[in-house]
Amino acid sequence: MSHTLRRRAVAVALTAVAAGLYVTPANAWEPTRNVEFIVPAGTGGGADQMARMVQGIITKHNLMKQSVVVVNKAGGAGGEGFLDIKNSKGNPHKLVITLSNLFTTPLATGIPFSWKDMTPVAMLALDEFVLWVNADSPYKTVAELVTAMKAAPPGQFKMGGTGSKQEDQIITVALEKATGTKITYVPYKGGGEVAVQLVGKHVDMTVNNPIEAVAQWRAGKVRPLCVFDSKPLAGKEKIAGDLSWSSIPTCKSQGLDIEYLMLRGIFMPANVPKDAVDYYVELFKKVRATPEWAQLMADGAFNQSFMTGADYTKWVEAEEKRHRDLMKEAGFLATN
Amino acid sequence: MDSIGDLMAGFAVVLSWQNLLYMVIGIVLGVIIGVLPGLGGANGVAILLPLTFSMSPTSAIILLSCIYWGALFGGAITSILFNIPGEPWSVATTFDGHPMAQNGKAGEALTAAFTSSFVGALFAVIVITLAAPLVASFALQFGPAEKFSVFFLAFCSFVGMGKEPPTKTIAAMMLGFALAAVGTDTVTGQLRLTFGSHELLSGFDFLVAVIGLFGIGEILLTMEEGLSFKGKAASINPTVVWQTWKELPRYWMTSLRSCLIGCWMGITPAGATPASFMSYGIAKRTSRKGDKFGSGEIEGVIAPETAAHAAGTSALLPMLSLGVPGSPTAAVLLGGLLIWGLQPGPLLFVEQKDFVWGLIASMYLGNIVGLIIVLTMVPFFAAILRVPFSIIAPIILVICAIGAYTVHNNTFDVVMMLVFGVAGYFLKKCNYPLAPLVLAIVLGDKAEESFRQSLLISQGGLGVFFSNGLVSTIMVLGLVALFWPALSNLYARLLTPARPT
Repeated sequence: MSHTLRRRAVAVALTAVAAGLYVTPANAWEPTRNVEFIVPAGTGGGADQMARMVQGIITKHNLMKQSVVVVNKAGGAGGEGFLDIKNSKGNPHKLVITLSNLFTTPLATGIPFSWKDMTPVAMLALDEFVLWVNADSPYKTVAELVTAMKAAPPGQFKMGGTGSKQEDQIITVALEKATGTKITYVPYKGGGEVAVQLVGKHVDMTVNNPIEAVAQWRAGKVRPLCVFDSKPLAGKEKIAGDLSWSSIPTCKSQGLDIEYLMLRGIFMPANVPKDAVDYYVELFKKVRATPEWAQLMADGAFNQSFMTGADYTKWVEAEEKRHRDLMKEAGFLATN
Repeated sequence: MDSIGDLMAGFAVVLSWQNLLYMVIGIVLGVIIGVLPGLGGANGVAILLPLTFSMSPTSAIILLSCIYWGALFGGAITSILFNIPGEPWSVATTFDGHPMAQNGKAGEALTAAFTSSFVGALFAVIVITLAAPLVASFALQFGPAEKFSVFFLAFCSFVGMGKEPPTKTIAAMMLGFALAAVGTDTVTGQLRLTFGSHELLSGFDFLVAVIGLFGIGEILLTMEEGLSFKGKAASINPTVVWQTWKELPRYWMTSLRSCLIGCWMGITPAGATPASFMSYGIAKRTSRKGDKFGSGEIEGVIAPETAAHAAGTSALLPMLSLGVPGSPTAAVLLGGLLIWGLQPGPLLFVEQKDFVWGLIASMYLGNIVGLIIVLTMVPFFAAILRVPFSIIAPIILVICAIGAYTVHNNTFDVVMMLVFGVAGYFLKKCNYPLAPLVLAIVLGDKAEESFRQSLLISQGGLGVFFSNGLVSTIMVLGLVALFWPALSNLYARLLTPARPT
């Protein structure tokens, strides 16, 4: 009897040790309550879609024990969401997904925040920009469009875009500089609306992200002229007739030396434990390995760069400087 | 007809036990979401969206769209009973719905509201079934100038309809415009009137303002009148539904007009809220009992509810066929479509027939199921008014506070709500009408945005508002509505000398 007891005790002790050994490597940080995933933009936009997709993937594949809650904080061109992260120092249960407004909003409005108030986690992808015209318009190439723009009175060509003094308008100003023309920029609230304004011929061109305009392209309503990246897009799948994402030439090859990509990255509040950052980096690696994510990347012709740690920080730093220059050149800096 | 055959195939998809169950769950959840102010249809759908990723797209959209129908139905309940609009589009329902409840006719008001909602939705679904491609191309004609003209018409059809002096109406409207201007300006990207406060970055949310002005303001007024809730005389009559139904066909003209306004506003896409205001304003102008509007006229419930539901339903059409959401809820559904691997756009009707026609069939069934569910609840809802005010008032207050909080998950909004409540009380005491104020808060920034977009496009010329047949017609309609009292006066005077003395 006592013998068995002792044996049992030993067995229990051994199990405990084994369990201890087993637990130690996984003893790292894990969320203990719901994780708030802030979208510094409205519902239905590109960042919102990506955040909800991530939320869906995490739920469907059971990648985290706690739930992810997506919260839209769009006020002040996203300033509301970033200020929330800035003011949540040390809170490892908050994430934010970025648009270019991470750089443009503080510069254009003077709302006091910067990426330095946050902890960079990972770059999920880069969103591309494509120059689109209506399919009924006579312009088949960039050269034809630019010739027409130069011949027309200044300001006659209208560019529709999302928001003011943000990515779409930055590209518009770059386009003006590169071609020596004057374009009238008309800001709208969302990318989908911009695409439809082009189909309805209320504007002459747009720089929609691929995912915002792909449905209209497939239906033969709009025509892509060039992509603002250093190399053509990857997708070889046929989308409109014989054309695929990869058949769109780069703007540079068409004589427009403009490159612009938008960060879809994840940040956390400052002063969070390093273990927590590592946890989320691993989590997003798992998210990126799912078929749903691959599908989203293919549909939206995203540039699938992934960066973490020092590389990511360096990239963000360079990008902030670039935006400061671009915004300064365009005269978009806040005066106060 | 091709579309009839497709629709029947759609019914076959929908009529599985599983999908019918999702439908009932969706409607019930939607009604609850609609009742809670602040937790609007868009939030409700967004919260539940991730749960649907493992379902088939058709089941998922049935569940989510039924939440949307339920919220459309549910918004009317608190508007009528407590003068708290559960959803922005039910603000106009409070104008006559709440007085009806105070007169002891809550059951009639609820029945009229639910039935009109159903009629509006049914009309819109039929339009979608028969004319989807045609209607989609109509929506493409709406650039900024056309949109502005629609907002202009909404304001014009609403100005000068109250009994209050016109100066007070204009003052209230201007205050609304000023409040709407707070926050980030879309056209320049600059902050306006925030006075360095981070809380004001996103401006005053319309829902917070409305919950305060109407809900809290109403409680304060009732308290002043000695804690008696006028609605307690409400008799609980199980046959109230039948009796109201007998009365409704008399107002077919109002219903039809409201259906047309609703569909038009849903498709263009201006949304359910302007549709309900415009429809109420026009009904007041044209009704023989127009001067009694605001004191509990059943027509004043039918008009906004029919239009709101017709607009809410037809708003799904531009979403499916163009990829442009006609309402915030539609915007969230749009995100859902992409996640389920469906691409909204012109080809969706061709490539995903099962899905599209399944959805359309579920609109028919979902609305019928919804109507049955909410109508059976009418006597129960009406009975809530018999609860003594001293018990119900704190509950309303808590619901209002939760509602204001959920809009942005922000406690500052609860404070704002109380401030708006006190402001609403004083405005009412001084006889300033709240309706124009609310209309300006909800449509002010949109109207301003499209006005300035139009001027950017025309490079400053006002001629853009009369540059084509469509926009000119709407602008002229607006001007006619604005000067209607003067015009009808003139008309009467012109007739007088012609008469033999």
